[in-house]
Amino acid sequence: MNPFTLTRAASVDAAVRDFSGHEAAAYIGGGTNLLDLMKENVAHPQHLVGLNKLPLSAIESTTGGGLRLGATASNADTAWHPEVQQRYPLLSQAILAGASPQLRNMATNAGNLMQRTRCYYFYDTATPCNKREPGSGCAAIGGYNRIHAILGTSEHCIATHPSDMCVALAALEAVVQVQGPDGERQIKFEDFHRLPEDHPERDNTLKPGELITGIELPAQGFAENFAYLKLRDRQSYAFALVSVAVGLELDGNTIKEARLALGGVAHKPWRDRAAEDLLKGQPATEATFRKVAEAVLKEAKGQGTNDFKIELAKRAIVRALTQAAAGEQQASDVFTNSNP
Amino acid sequence: MSTDSNTKYVGKAPSRVEGPLKVTGQAKYSAEFDVPDLVYGYVVSSPVAKGKIRKIHADKILALPGVLQVFSHENVPTLAWFDRSYKDDVAPGGSPFRPLQDDEIKFSQQPVALVVAETFELARYAASVLEIEYEQEKHETDVEALREKGQEPGSGKTGYKPPVRRGNADKGLSKAEHRIKQEYVHGTQHHNPMEIFGATVHYHPDGKLTVYDKTQGVFNCQQYLKKVFGLSADKARVVNLFMGGGFGAGLRPQYELYLSVLAALELKRSIRLSLTRQQMFSLGHRPHTLQTVELGTDASGALVGVKHKAVHETSRFEEYTENVVNWSGMLYQCPDVHLEYEVVPLDVFTPLDMRAPGAATGSIGLEVAMDEMAYAAGIDPLEFRRRNYADRDQNEDKPFSSKKLREVYDEGARRFGWDKRKMEPRSMREGNRLVGWGMAGGVWDASMQKAAAKATITADGKLTVSSAAGENGTGTYTVMTQIAAETLGLPMEAVTAKLGDTTLPEAPVQGGSWTAATVGSAVKSVCEALGEKLLKLAQKMDDSPLKGAKPEDVEFVNGLIRLRKEPRQSVVLRDVLQVSGEREIEADSSVMPNPLNMQKYSMHAHNAVFVEVQVDEDLGTIHVTRVVNVVAAGRIINQKTARSQVLGSVVWGISMALMEETVMDHRYGRYLNHNFAEYHVPVNADVRDIEVHFVEEEDPHVNPLGVKGIGEVGLLGVAAAITNAVYHATGKRVRSLPLTIDKLL
Ligand SMILES: Cc1cc2nc3c(=O)[nH]c(=O)nc-3n(C[C@H](O)[C@H](O)[C@H](O)COP(=O)(O)OP(=O)(O)OC[C@H]3O[C@@H](n4cnc5c(N)ncnc54)[C@H](O)[C@@H]3O)c2cc1C
Ligand code: SF4
Repeated sequence: MNPFTLTRAASVDAAVRDFSGHEAAAYIGGGTNLLDLMKENVAHPQHLVGLNKLPLSAIESTTGGGLRLGATASNADTAWHPEVQQRYPLLSQAILAGASPQLRNMATNAGNLMQRTRCYYFYDTATPCNKREPGSGCAAIGGYNRIHAILGTSEHCIATHPSDMCVALAALEAVVQVQGPDGERQIKFEDFHRLPEDHPERDNTLKPGELITGIELPAQGFAENFAYLKLRDRQSYAFALVSVAVGLELDGNTIKEARLALGGVAHKPWRDRAAEDLLKGQPATEATFRKVAEAVLKEAKGQGTNDFKIELAKRAIVRALTQAAAGEQQASDVFTNSNP
Repeated sequence: MSTDSNTKYVGKAPSRVEGPLKVTGQAKYSAEFDVPDLVYGYVVSSPVAKGKIRKIHADKILALPGVLQVFSHENVPTLAWFDRSYKDDVAPGGSPFRPLQDDEIKFSQQPVALVVAETFELARYAASVLEIEYEQEKHETDVEALREKGQEPGSGKTGYKPPVRRGNADKGLSKAEHRIKQEYVHGTQHHNPMEIFGATVHYHPDGKLTVYDKTQGVFNCQQYLKKVFGLSADKARVVNLFMGGGFGAGLRPQYELYLSVLAALELKRSIRLSLTRQQMFSLGHRPHTLQTVELGTDASGALVGVKHKAVHETSRFEEYTENVVNWSGMLYQCPDVHLEYEVVPLDVFTPLDMRAPGAATGSIGLEVAMDEMAYAAGIDPLEFRRRNYADRDQNEDKPFSSKKLREVYDEGARRFGWDKRKMEPRSMREGNRLVGWGMAGGVWDASMQKAAAKATITADGKLTVSSAAGENGTGTYTVMTQIAAETLGLPMEAVTAKLGDTTLPEAPVQGGSWTAATVGSAVKSVCEALGEKLLKLAQKMDDSPLKGAKPEDVEFVNGLIRLRKEPRQSVVLRDVLQVSGEREIEADSSVMPNPLNMQKYSMHAHNAVFVEVQVDEDLGTIHVTRVVNVVAAGRIINQKTARSQVLGSVVWGISMALMEETVMDHRYGRYLNHNFAEYHVPVNADVRDIEVHFVEEEDPHVNPLGVKGIGEVGLLGVAAAITNAVYHATGKRVRSLPLTIDKLL
């Protein structure tokens, strides 16, 4: 870990300015990911801009009927917020399926979007990794890649984005609000994270110095028919091998509107619009769900140790769609009463 | 005889005496001791698995203000020369690793330098920018690829028993009505106690050291310091009062001890050195093991042949051994047995005993194979075990000192409701989940070692008992307190137990589940010796009703010394102390195992585990919903701490079965998931109902206390029972652990 300076910004403007005024600066939210990366010598910021004094922790309704989640609100406060629980239970459940209570208390919403991959090699500086050190090679290809991607990979990187929250946000068509040296802008969630392509060192489309100020959820929350199904190596405190976020709007047994996003399978939360189209207008039956599952995974490519994810993802899609259509409340695999 | 005895503690369930210290943060762990003027060390670990260090560019970081030294093979002083100096009490055969003594890299994450600075942060930063040039050589780390290079080990380490052979297993098997032969594998595991390994070395003005080190054996460490650094016992005191778990990782002196003492002596400064979680994966491990088991039965279900072979890795420099296969010649009756055991030297660090070493591994092979055999023969798995019950230890051809495994089977089956089990796989369901019931069991050595203890009672009636054994968190302080209080008829609150300090009477490393038997016996013996002194003083009192009584005629109960036959004839112990005029009275004693009994009897603890799993077949997820673990381990001194030990064992068993594995990328010869986010152990949500029950055994032969130890036996069979239950649920036999989602899809 290298020496660094720390300031706590009092306003968004000051934060952005402070960032631009320093060499190798980084924003820090709860620090649950960034500090680990610094201790592992993966990240070497020389200056940290602390965000927890910013007036960005509110969760409030928008004029358009949606909900705005402050960038520095904690994952826990967001998940347990009554508006989120009632109107966006998919998001609440996705957050609660992630990490542990202690981590969720510290973690911020913006930090969750920005968290980096859990690829073993990315964390271990004794091995090559294009994301950590562009051009050094990708050790996961041809290595142990049980937790790696099966969709949208490139020859340079096969890492996944590890977030649960973001899978729900993708399905809900959230919008990320940012402010940078060049002013404010809005980024559609789909366009926020990116595929590795030739630049695996870039996880997202944020420009240098841009600060996430909030996340806006549109009015449609799929509170009746939704599911977040997370498959992992233990019941809590483990990242998803595969996760599925589903939101459905039903007319009787016919699907009117559908959202489907996967976690643990790609460099970004994997929303599949073609699959959503395949669902629309169709009866909510197992046959429909199987067809959709096959379609989502058609282009999937295993890397060896993660081959099983292709079949697992298909089954998870069918299960999550079935649960969402049935209106079952807790879709997660946890069958104790709540997610500990 | 009166039975009103509040000071009868043995067999009850008092809470752990050090509990309040632990929950209020007053219990100090080795890297927490406050010592003035500390400097801090940080270890640099090798990124390569094999090769040479070409150059260490220390100049740049030595120029940083506050960096005191970079220790490496380039500047380390000449220390002991011979291998034997580096051998500790539990070292296997070979040449122990000597940190920083030459330029050779023998395993990935080998410590190659120690940076010492005025602050921890500075030491860590300097370590991160220290440039080291390596010359990499080709390494070999894959035991599966190199299994053919396995060789039967030499004498190995203390306690190693060469594989047993008797009768003619091939001939027996050739006549079998039913036969199975299968291979079982589990990956590498690391002990991973919660508390990180660390040491605080206090360098006193006179050059003496007090070394607070995380270890399961303070004397083992003191001896090591003596042989390696020439520090006589009065020069280096080693202390470890509490431990946040050891699981075997603290059996041998680890490199934080060597490095911190080296730096303290060279710099003449007090130093603190804490490893990182990643470095905890460089302290030894349970080896990746391949097992082949072949069984056969006759028409009645009697075993007619047992073959069991195990192969695992060791390092290039030491021949690590554990007893994996011999249990297969002992747990069941069979005249024709052929066991084999081989190790393959690889470019890894030496494995290290971990939670029921050998037996935990062997019981997976044997007990899953027994289940497969039961199915092949069409016999209920429990009934099959009953039919092959061993009334005698056939390995040693001796009777057991006691063995209530039949009662364990009965009790476990009754508590679990085994009679309601349908034999056929996939025959039980709950909702959309498949339900499976499986069972397995195990056997573990009941050991005792030589140990000494001291007891001191002061005029105010307060007793202190001490012995230098370790406290792993198992409950040793509490058990000592109970035994001492009961032996001298004092309330537990009047007794203080001391452990983990080389200024106390000598005791062995804490391991092998022998501490209760060993230290407990020593405490009992020393309290009896003190009791005799107190009786003599009591008899000197005017009008003493105890005059002429022999030690065996009196008992110490409720603060009194009284005649066994006439309990009303008593004196108050406090009065004895007051009248004696002595400020304190003390006694020393030491105990050792009875060699005659050891020759005559086979001494073992047994258990049986019954497990229910629920499996979501589509998604490959497994939930262990119910576990009943019944243990026969002689007498139970503390029902609460004993139960906690077995609860912990079950959790570790779930861990072994479903989660734990350190994965190595053989291209780099390096463990990949060396952190707690990716090295999975169970969390609360993974652990459901666990029922623990003890079938107590009266065993006059095993040791004076009649205890067999419960630290490890509870782990045996858990992983196998889960594997068997998953088969019963799904009809799918998975023979490679951990049993993760991908293996069940
Ligand atoms: C052991 C473990 C298990 C976990 N398990 C899960 C899991 O199962 N599922 C899951 O989803 N997550 C999991 N997490 C990850 C956790 O959710 C993230 O660490 C957390 O959300 C990050 O939030 P933070 O505020 O602490 O971010 P920080 O660590 O503070 O920052 C992370 C990144 O975000 C940047 N950043 C922070 N705020 C802003 C901002 N406002 N604008 C721009 N950039 C910003 C920082 O510069 C940094 O690069 C786990 C973490 C750990 C350590
Ligand atoms: S998958 Fe990506 S993050 Fe992992 S080693 Fe390859 S380049 Fe690095």
